[in-house]
Amino acid sequence: MSLKIDETLIVECETGNYHTFCPISCVSWLYQKIEDSFFLVVGTKTCGYFLQNALGVMIFAEPRYAMAELEEGDISAQLNDYEGLKKLCIRIRKDRDPSVIIWIGTCTTEIIKMDLEGMAPKLEWEIGIPILVARANGLDYAFTQGEDTVLAAMAHRCPEPEFSVRERKETIQNFFFHSRKKEELGEYANHPSLVLFGSLPSNVASQLNLELKRQSIKVSGWLPAQKYTDLPSLGDGVYVCGVHPFLSRTATTLIRREKCQLIAAPFPIGPDGTRAWIEKICPVFGVEPQGLEEREERIWESLKDYLDLVHGKSVFFMGDNLLEVSLARFLIRCGMIVHEIGIPYMDKRYQTAELSLLQDTCIKMCVPIPRIVEKPDNSNQIRRIRELQPDLAITGMAHANPLEARGISTKWSVEFTFAQIHGFANARDVLELVTRPLRRQKSLEDLGRTTLVRK
Amino acid sequence: MKLAYWMYAGPAHIGTLRVASSFKNVHAIMHAPLGDDYFNVMRSMLERERDFTAATASIVDRHVLARGSQERVVDNILRKDKEEHPDLIILTPTCTSSILQEDLQNFVNRASIISASDVIFADVDHYQVNEIQAADRTLEQVVRYYLDRCHRQEKWDQSLTDAPSVNIIGIFTLGFHNQHDCRELRRLLRDLDIEINQIIPEGGSVEDLQNLPKAWFNLIPYREVGLMTAVYLNKEYGMPYISIAPMGAVDMAEWIRQIQKNVNTLTLSSSNKRVDYEPYIDGQTRFVSQAAWFSRSIDCQNLTGKETVVFGDTTHAASITKILVREMGIRVSCAGTYCKHDAEWFKEQIQGFCDEILITDDHAEVGDMIAHMEPSAIFGTQMERHIGKRLDIPCGVISAPVHIQNFPLGYRPFLGYEGTNQIADLIYNSFALGMEDHLLDIFGGHDTKEIISKSLSTDIGLIWNPESRLELSKIPRFAREKVERNTEKFARQKGIETITVEVMYAAKEALNT
Repeated sequence: MSLKIDETLIVECETGNYHTFCPISCVSWLYQKIEDSFFLVVGTKTCGYFLQNALGVMIFAEPRYAMAELEEGDISAQLNDYEGLKKLCIRIRKDRDPSVIIWIGTCTTEIIKMDLEGMAPKLEWEIGIPILVARANGLDYAFTQGEDTVLAAMAHRCPEPEFSVRERKETIQNFFFHSRKKEELGEYANHPSLVLFGSLPSNVASQLNLELKRQSIKVSGWLPAQKYTDLPSLGDGVYVCGVHPFLSRTATTLIRREKCQLIAAPFPIGPDGTRAWIEKICPVFGVEPQGLEEREERIWESLKDYLDLVHGKSVFFMGDNLLEVSLARFLIRCGMIVHEIGIPYMDKRYQTAELSLLQDTCIKMCVPIPRIVEKPDNSNQIRRIRELQPDLAITGMAHANPLEARGISTKWSVEFTFAQIHGFANARDVLELVTRPLRRQKSLEDLGRTTLVRK
Repeated sequence: MKLAYWMYAGPAHIGTLRVASSFKNVHAIMHAPLGDDYFNVMRSMLERERDFTAATASIVDRHVLARGSQERVVDNILRKDKEEHPDLIILTPTCTSSILQEDLQNFVNRASIISASDVIFADVDHYQVNEIQAADRTLEQVVRYYLDRCHRQEKWDQSLTDAPSVNIIGIFTLGFHNQHDCRELRRLLRDLDIEINQIIPEGGSVEDLQNLPKAWFNLIPYREVGLMTAVYLNKEYGMPYISIAPMGAVDMAEWIRQIQKNVNTLTLSSSNKRVDYEPYIDGQTRFVSQAAWFSRSIDCQNLTGKETVVFGDTTHAASITKILVREMGIRVSCAGTYCKHDAEWFKEQIQGFCDEILITDDHAEVGDMIAHMEPSAIFGTQMERHIGKRLDIPCGVISAPVHIQNFPLGYRPFLGYEGTNQIADLIYNSFALGMEDHLLDIFGGHDTKEIISKSLSTDIGLIWNPESRLELSKIPRFAREKVERNTEKFARQKGIETITVEVMYAAKEALNT
């Protein structure tokens, strides 16, 4: 399948001078998701300043994250890193008593080669709290990939499945050669365990759980769980499936280190994506998907008012959070024209299924496949936006106001990261976001002042 | 290594970027990893800037780490030169790039040979200076660069303007109410019949910097940024400067008198054009500004002796402290600043105006101090506003760091005579309105909500019996927590475990004696 994609889908690569959030921003949603965690960002004032400004009011709500701010003595190795971190972690243990401390490595720790991975196990043993290390730095990653590094580190801490490999094989055999016990059948088909990975607000996670339950598939657990102490069991024979397009490292870790089976599926964003996601999961467990077509149809019908608004409108993704391909695919299915899909990083293997769904969608909707630009160059993109005059540019906050002032409607891409966009029920939220600038434009149309810069 | 949740002043490169983006047609190129261009977001969002922020990053990634930037930085400079034709490109190091120890100055030298734009390397040390200091330095560096060059070219015209004129130095992008202050200063100077030679950096052009010495003297409204430039101009070109912040009626008068002195010194002694601004000061103070009358008015009487805490940058914290004490008769229990590098000046300024002085950049220390003092109102930054929210103490924001709501669209200067009006409103509205306060006291408050303890310190172990709890609920809301805390303090001192109504009143008595 990947070959077929390579023939028609061209991923261009530009200079990589683009605006995005630093990957340490992942602490903002992960500390809320993992209730008993504490995130310690080991970095400089620059990191701290970013967090404090990007996360605004959250700072004041006594968040479970903090900076271990490196000073000149730390950089020049005059001070002992281990002792420094130990002191801070003991204070965190005293003040907050978390179940896990997650050290976020930054550009600085990378450059001065601070051995966080080496220190963590020693300190963990000394202070009795698990310490994970995630190198979510701007040298290697963009924005949402921060979550990827944290989840990949967390995957190592997932417990082994309760029963041995032999027993598990029996389970699998039982699954293929019909069931063991009647009562276990009940609501769910008897199948090997399925773990989903990707951080979602708990209500969205339960919506997806329910969606699979309708197909009598049981979700054994999520990575991450609501609590660190509830991490799911992983190991040989466990099936895993991602819900976010930016989790390629986690996927690799799950396959290589934890010996899990990865179900490659499009991501459950938009009704089309959600349906395709379920349809990829079902056959793995020998389940015939039930009633999905009607369900998808109903959702599309309920979106009709929004679809009328977006139909025929064009979109330009500048690219900064890796959700771009899935969103573009959904918007094309909604009848929009996508000029360009900018994306920080494109893992063609992890996104195979999503890319081929994009291709199918384009054929179905009779539109050309948009150009995908990896590591985009913002100034080139702005030139292209000026030429193309799209109806909507999905972009970071650095460019939103200047584009608006030039008469280009924009939507901040960051909102897609924080809004609930997964599953059937939330498709409406995606369109709510996408149409908001269009609706506002409509309501201000009569004022007739769209360009507000002096030439 | 230290544990930090919040910082008052940002990292050094933010200061440099603020200077760069304030000038017209100056472009900053950051040598930074992905995500460090967050400044652009702040500028675009907080200032609601319509133009693309003239700051881009030359990305430091894994390859740069392995092989050095090589041609990348030079290429990025030359590309910007070709695309945007800026007058000046400032290569800005970040904390990451400064530990890489690449020879960025060398890149600058190479690029400046080829590019049509001027190129300089912002000479700031990330581990020594913060945002404010870096801005001060960078501004001086830019001014020095252009004046030195002009000097070398020997087509130097050093004559002063015919009419009295000034430079205003230190109006900035992302500065606290800077745009409004600038407008107010313009108006004031027009009233005084003084021309404005140049305003830098905001909206200024680097090509015009060579004309800076044509002004008679310089005005430095905020001492945080601009003072270095003023000192430099004073040393090299003998330009006098006035570094008083024209904030509050008293300092306003002093500021205008200094201007008068400077104008009169420089006016040719032969001519009879000596100026006298005293009638202007008098008229403005008594009738144009409402603040002087307001503090005399009966309403303001209720504020007499109320306790406050002030915290912010040196300029604003010092001026507001003086206004509260001198002009409104309010007591300042503690005044503080996070500008540790300028602590001496600050102490000297507010000596005798407040009971205590706090110099720290640790917000927890400020929070504890406020919790301890229990003032009626706080004047501080956004951080103090949130501390106030948790302690149920009103707060007026008087200094950066700030939120988007501190970039108001309406006209809100802090400087000048209109500024005195704005400040008076801010202070008055921060306190519970005088009469309302009084009536609440008499009638026991308008709510009998359940008591929720919101103290910063965690007090456990003391039990309030039902009667005393009921009694506590009858105390007006705004005073309730204070009573609660005082009673608990008293109980703890006396080793009492259960608080009864008797204990409550015993505590009150103990406090009164």
